[in-house]
Amino acid sequence: MSTTETIATGTDTTTGTETTTGTETTTGTETTTGTETTPADSSERTRGPRIGENAPRPDGVPKVNGEFAFGNDMWIEGMLFGRTLRSPHPYARIISIDISKALAMHGVHAVITADDVPGQKLYGLEHKDQPVFASEVVRFHGEPIAAVAADHPETARRACRAIEVEYDVHAPIVDAELSITAPPIHPDGNIFRHMFIRHGHPDSPESEGVVAVEGDYEIGMQDQAFLGPECALGIPLEDGGIELYVSTQWIHADREQTAACLGLDPEQVRMTMAGVGGAFGGREDISLQIHTALLTLHTGRPVKLQYSREESFFGHVHRHPAKMWYRHSARADGTLAKIEARLVFDGGAYASTSSAVLSNASCFAHGPYNVEHALIEGYSVRTNNPSCGAMRGFGAVQTCFAHEAQMDKLAAALGIDSIDLRLKNALKTGDRNITGQLLSGVVPVAELIERCVAHPLPAMGEVGEMMGRPGGAGRTADAHHIKRGFGFAIGWKNLMFSEGFDDYSTARVRIDEGQNGPVVTVHCACAEVGQGFVTLAQQIARTVLGLDEILLHPADTQVGSAGSTSASRQTWMSGGAVQQACEAVRTQIFASLAATHGVDPETLAIQDDHIVSVDGTFSIPVEDAVANKTFEATEVNRHVQTVRLDADGQGDAHVSFAFAAHRAVVDVDEELGLVRVIDITTTQDVGKLLNPRQALGQIEGGIAQGVGLAVMEEIIVTNGKVRNASFTDYLIPTTLDMPTVTIAALIEEPEPGAPFGAKGIGEPPTIASTAAVAAAIRNAIGRDITRVPVRPQDICL
Amino acid sequence: MTVVTATSLDEALDALAGDPSAQLLAGGTDFMVEVSFAHRRPASIVTLRRVDELKGWWRDGDTLVLGAGMTYTELQAEPFLDVVPGLAQAARTVGSPQIRNAGTIGGNIATGSPAGDTLPVLVALDAVIVLQSAADGERRVPWNEFFLGPKRTARRGDELVTAVRVPVVHGRQEYLKVGTRNAMVISVAGVALVMDDDAHTVRVGLGSVGPVPLRAPAAEAFADSTIDWATMTIPDGGAAQFGALVSAAASPIDDQRSTAAYRRHAVGVCARRALQRCLS
Ligand SMILES: Cc1cc2nc3c(=O)[nH]c(=O)nc-3n(C[C@H](O)[C@H](O)[C@H](O)COP(=O)(O)OP(=O)(O)OC[C@H]3O[C@@H](n4cnc5c(N)ncnc54)[C@H](O)[C@@H]3O)c2cc1C
Repeated sequence: MSTTETIATGTDTTTGTETTTGTETTTGTETTTGTETTPADSSERTRGPRIGENAPRPDGVPKVNGEFAFGNDMWIEGMLFGRTLRSPHPYARIISIDISKALAMHGVHAVITADDVPGQKLYGLEHKDQPVFASEVVRFHGEPIAAVAADHPETARRACRAIEVEYDVHAPIVDAELSITAPPIHPDGNIFRHMFIRHGHPDSPESEGVVAVEGDYEIGMQDQAFLGPECALGIPLEDGGIELYVSTQWIHADREQTAACLGLDPEQVRMTMAGVGGAFGGREDISLQIHTALLTLHTGRPVKLQYSREESFFGHVHRHPAKMWYRHSARADGTLAKIEARLVFDGGAYASTSSAVLSNASCFAHGPYNVEHALIEGYSVRTNNPSCGAMRGFGAVQTCFAHEAQMDKLAAALGIDSIDLRLKNALKTGDRNITGQLLSGVVPVAELIERCVAHPLPAMGEVGEMMGRPGGAGRTADAHHIKRGFGFAIGWKNLMFSEGFDDYSTARVRIDEGQNGPVVTVHCACAEVGQGFVTLAQQIARTVLGLDEILLHPADTQVGSAGSTSASRQTWMSGGAVQQACEAVRTQIFASLAATHGVDPETLAIQDDHIVSVDGTFSIPVEDAVANKTFEATEVNRHVQTVRLDADGQGDAHVSFAFAAHRAVVDVDEELGLVRVIDITTTQDVGKLLNPRQALGQIEGGIAQGVGLAVMEEIIVTNGKVRNASFTDYLIPTTLDMPTVTIAALIEEPEPGAPFGAKGIGEPPTIASTAAVAAAIRNAIGRDITRVPVRPQDICL
Repeated sequence: MTVVTATSLDEALDALAGDPSAQLLAGGTDFMVEVSFAHRRPASIVTLRRVDELKGWWRDGDTLVLGAGMTYTELQAEPFLDVVPGLAQAARTVGSPQIRNAGTIGGNIATGSPAGDTLPVLVALDAVIVLQSAADGERRVPWNEFFLGPKRTARRGDELVTAVRVPVVHGRQEYLKVGTRNAMVISVAGVALVMDDDAHTVRVGLGSVGPVPLRAPAAEAFADSTIDWATMTIPDGGAAQFGALVSAAASPIDDQRSTAAYRRHAVGVCARRALQRCLS
């Protein structure tokens, strides 16, 4: 069996020559995806960055120059083009689907519906409740009904239009609160999860403080708005299996779900990561993987399916909109006596990760504070709105907006400075959270707060040019229309998967003799979605092995699962797996030296690219020690076991926690309701900085997303229908909307158990930045803001 | 799909006469978005980028004639900043540098979206749109007969917009645009204000608050008669009242970008501020 096609994916990032991915599947030749940094000439060999040093991304310049091969750039001779037909209604019964006209069209090779799904008809990450194609009922605007493969994208589009679907349209259920008691819109019911966290004795009279504040908070539906829409390319294999190239976050979970629906063994579905243009949680669920695979197997031809920008908005899950009621009560000295909250998260039509998102929201609902008593009730609910699932911050963003608003409100009611109130109650190492878990790791809450607010404020200065004011290029504000406001917020969340999930990553490390000396190949299925694993894996290998030439194998299913690139987990999990595999290889090298040189392997270490004995009597360059030899090791990295929360929401559900604080400065044109975020000063708990430049990128990017949620980013859904599925109307921050980001401190206190002591840094920048901006707007206008994104009319009307 | 790359006005007009269903492509910044969203499926296209007669501008007495092919990048600079500052300001609010390099004023006019940023200025200037066809030659249509509804204009299928004529007015001009992002945003409300210091008149054009760009006649009349033209001042409360009258002239709708109430409010605030700037 052999596929001899080559898939052109653009140019190599280092040499600028044409390269291929996945050539000659039988020979298993090493292939490239544009992530290698192998120098072309060994005489030019330079010392590559180690842990703690700035490592430039190999794909950075190609992306800026438009040369990086994203999923959409994949092409293979003879491929067909897929397209999905989607429901125009949020809730309807399907009376009939007639594909005959579409099938009869010239150039159409396949039209498939639910009837053509050979395996399981349902899939899902946590809970299999989503049909591959709707056959009886459609439950959200944009739900897939059929898919077409044709010889041209335009033919596929016309064929979709020729499919006749008769609907019996129902009134959609779009209010999550009402859905709790409404008739079920799915056989599995309307409630994805209903949970309580009971901490202390929230029902006892002593739990009540002397001052209490209450508030209702609301958060709109944010989209990940990654710039590279979904794309997949399927190639049929002669054994009846399939090779699938896809831009995704977790190829092994994709494979498992895809294989189940195809009725194949997972081994028959071989997956390789295609170039990803951002993810932020939106690629964790299945989108077009199963459809592409079905069309490929159905036609026996390679099929490429790619979403337009518009379809992308319908094709992936979003951040949960939420309504949150809170009540905080405090002792006279500001000690938090009790926090009560009721959280209602709208999960949309299908489960996705709604259960885990709610768990996170509830676990972090009190903020990084000690509280004597707490009662958190959480619902994640099914509605006929678009499905919601993972997005950067994963539940913690929503509750952070609410708990930080509450802390400011409580401080005002107590007549205490809001920073002092936070410091007074700040969690620290050795405390327990509201699920009863001991916080044994690094918990630098007070230090983050103090160092963030101690940083000098940006100079008030002139309010600058028109372009720098609220309204920007629109020239709407004169200097005297502007009010400046300041706001502070701090948030936290878990690192890695929680609640008993068997969370692991796998890495294979191999040393071979290359043309110009030894080459280390790192093979890990970790999805590079922008977070920096491409540089990190190389930095780790260089640091542990003392060798410079590191080749990162394309992420695929020829190696074990790396888990998802989400939950700020890959540096810990896959970085840790790479570290362990490198260490295993190092042990092999030491053993081989013991055999050849008679040294005690227990006394050896790698220092400055040399293998040395502790007594200093033996030293050999690593390059020489491994010359003409091959070493290989595969390691699986698992984190400590966690448990599912019990009926009272108690248990050691999480592995580790990360914290970040934000202070926002905003200028507000109160009369027009326009906001300019001027500065965000941040402190973050990072454990150890592995690649400072990448850390800065994560912090700036996370803040951009937090600012976006604060002032503009929202999918507008009216009666179940999405009204702004485009970048014309779904607004994300431009450079003129991005504040200056000032890093006041990155706290490098090593986290026990973490590889190199490093904590994940991807999500924390997004958690409290939204809350800080909202607080600053409140401060500027002297009125409450209880909903984000803050719309102009919320400020001025 | 056929594509005619016209290199002269005659060539473009002949191509259009031969196939009135042909679609004109200038900078493509509206056109290609519609193609991407499958709202537009052109069978034949006539491209205008190489038609020199549409580029550039000239003066015809007191009238400025702006070629349909002029880009925003050209319009946002001198001499327009001096001669028609409102239009230059409006051009600067459009999209991003890339969009301003490609997008043309002719495309903005021909699209006829109520959110088109040049339109409030053109309306306030009492612009005349110049159309031309192979059959009938040139036709001049005043703005209020040209814009008929949202993205509906008086242009016939065989006609090109060749230019727009605007008077050179002595006095200050302002364009203010409200959007929920600091740049690269479609107008939620736009206000153009043109002062004619010689005729002692104020003209206001409004965008995104009606099916077509609007004027605010009652507000204009109020301003004309309330401003002290000798000192260029307005009595206390005058600017606010002007703003209220502009709000009253708007007939906005709720949509995914904003609400009618906000739009009405915003044009009033912007009009008041524009007047205050012009009088300060
Ligand atoms: C990212 C982005 C941001 C944008 N931001 C703004 C903004 O801030 N403000 C704004 O007003 N607009 C904006 N637009 C819309 C667009 O840029 C403008 O409307 C622009 O003026 C269109 O001009 P064009 O030359 O690109 O026209 P095209 O897209 O080429 O054509 C537009 C329409 O006009 C017709 N047409 C073009 N020229 C002629 C002619 N000479 N005679 C007859 N018909 C003609 C075409 O057939 C087509 O129907 C934006 C667009 C994009 C993609």
